[in-house]
Amino acid sequence: MTFQVKKNLTLTMKYIMILIGAALVLFPIYEMISTSLKLPVDAFRLPPKLFFVPTLTNYQSVLFESNFFRFFSNSAVVAVSSTAFSVGLGALAAYSLARWNFGGKKTAIAGILLLRMIPEVILAVPVFVLFNSFRFIDGRVGLILVYTALNLPFNIWVLRTFIMELPYELEESAIIDGCTDFTVFRKIVLPLIGPGVAVASIFTFRIAWNEFILSLVLTNRFTRTLPVAVSLYLTDTGTEWGKITAIATIIAVPAFIFTFTAAKSLIMGLTAGAVKG
Amino acid sequence: MKKSFVPGRRNSAYLFMAPAAAVLLLILMVPIFNSIRLSFFDWSMRQLTQAPTFIGFENYRELFASQNFRESIRVTITFSLSVVTIELLLGTVLALLLEGEFKGMRLFRTLYVLPIMIAPVVVGIMWRFMYHPSYGKINYFLGLAGIGPYGWLSNPDIALISVIIADVWQWTPFVFLLVLAGLQGVPKDIMEASVVDGANYPQTLIYIKLPYIAAVLGLTAVLRLIDSFRSLVVIYNMTGGGPGVSTEVMSIHLFKTAFTSQRLGLASAVAVVLLLTIALFASVLIYNSLKKERR
Repeated sequence: MTFQVKKNLTLTMKYIMILIGAALVLFPIYEMISTSLKLPVDAFRLPPKLFFVPTLTNYQSVLFESNFFRFFSNSAVVAVSSTAFSVGLGALAAYSLARWNFGGKKTAIAGILLLRMIPEVILAVPVFVLFNSFRFIDGRVGLILVYTALNLPFNIWVLRTFIMELPYELEESAIIDGCTDFTVFRKIVLPLIGPGVAVASIFTFRIAWNEFILSLVLTNRFTRTLPVAVSLYLTDTGTEWGKITAIATIIAVPAFIFTFTAAKSLIMGLTAGAVKG
Repeated sequence: MKKSFVPGRRNSAYLFMAPAAAVLLLILMVPIFNSIRLSFFDWSMRQLTQAPTFIGFENYRELFASQNFRESIRVTITFSLSVVTIELLLGTVLALLLEGEFKGMRLFRTLYVLPIMIAPVVVGIMWRFMYHPSYGKINYFLGLAGIGPYGWLSNPDIALISVIIADVWQWTPFVFLLVLAGLQGVPKDIMEASVVDGANYPQTLIYIKLPYIAAVLGLTAVLRLIDSFRSLVVIYNMTGGGPGVSTEVMSIHLFKTAFTSQRLGLASAVAVVLLLTIALFASVLIYNSLKKERR
């Protein structure tokens, strides 16, 4: 066998593997989206029809049910606010941990790493009790606070590695010119760690948008977010798969957008801490 | 290393840390502390207005005497060890086979980010539909090969396997991406030198690549172990922990004790056990990161 033939064979094998792998990854997603575009007769037809007339009926009935927009806007408000708070506060803390030495720094770092691993469900009871005693607080405010806190450890960690890679000279000269620490942070550091802010924002948004168990505990039928709404749909009306998959697809839209526009940042965020830095 | 530390700016250091520290303290640490405290009390959701009664270690005694709790530990360990082992093997093999740049690889890597990004609720729903006994595609395809049908989520002997398959679908890509990134760190000159010296593929694999990615593999294993102990939402939406308690992992057991049985004190004791287990695994990661800190 010549070298060239062997190389082609390896490449062919790789493509076969890729096709099988991609099919396995994509099939459940395809099932969800295609079911959401089918009428019940088509959704439950076996053998399945590969070509069917797509319909938006499911989306129409989901969107025009009065509550959908409420749940959608709850989800959006909670996700956007907690992203802004968590990334903002995280960046401040990250700057401190990256550039300055101070007493208790080691403890702070160990604490941040430990808090990053906390399972949401452990917070369910104490957070429920906490916000139950402040009943006047809107469930959404509670969620924003909890998601801000839950994402802080990761954001601090990721942003810190980005700041540590910046050369210190710029900041140094700004300080010599008389800038305050906060001005240096805002005007020089923050604009330079854009990619890090993007990674932190996407990951915080993802957790806040997707989170289920704490939202189930903290919200009521007015403040509910989409993941809880779709899950309750699942138990209420076990057979309305068209509508359920339609809401599920809508929940997954940000995931599709982030994946296809920022895959590189996502891979960097996923591997942060394990492979580098 | 670059000069990045300027000692003596203490006030700013604390000032910049303060907001994040306050949020972490009030929203994470105080509740965790409260959980530990509550685990020594008897408190029911039905009497939230009454003060909890102190009962010492009674919750822990009850917990470890409880058949259901011991079963949930067994289910959790089976689930975690299975998914970590399968995902590490599949992910590593896939990464080794697909290593290197070639056309289409970038798109493939992108596709593999998808399952990780999709909401656990949605993953649970997707698989619940695929496993559906009468119109799920899994039974349909197996039926074409003359296998089944199985009650994937209704048969207590199979349900845990079904849940494991869904987790493997979602998280094998994570291992794949990490190992792939680790493999990029293998120095090219060493690989070339070994090929010149006549090393075959198994030799380069065992003596060069695997030792290089050993650290990444270890960290990935710990990360996945921790995450698998935390996982709840996918299982909750597929089976709700059932049938019976066959898929009731510790986190679902905690949730049900708190919000179905409404026993907040007992649930807090479960939380403490879960917390200690995860802290034990996490200490490996923390030790590792602090070691880097000293360098």
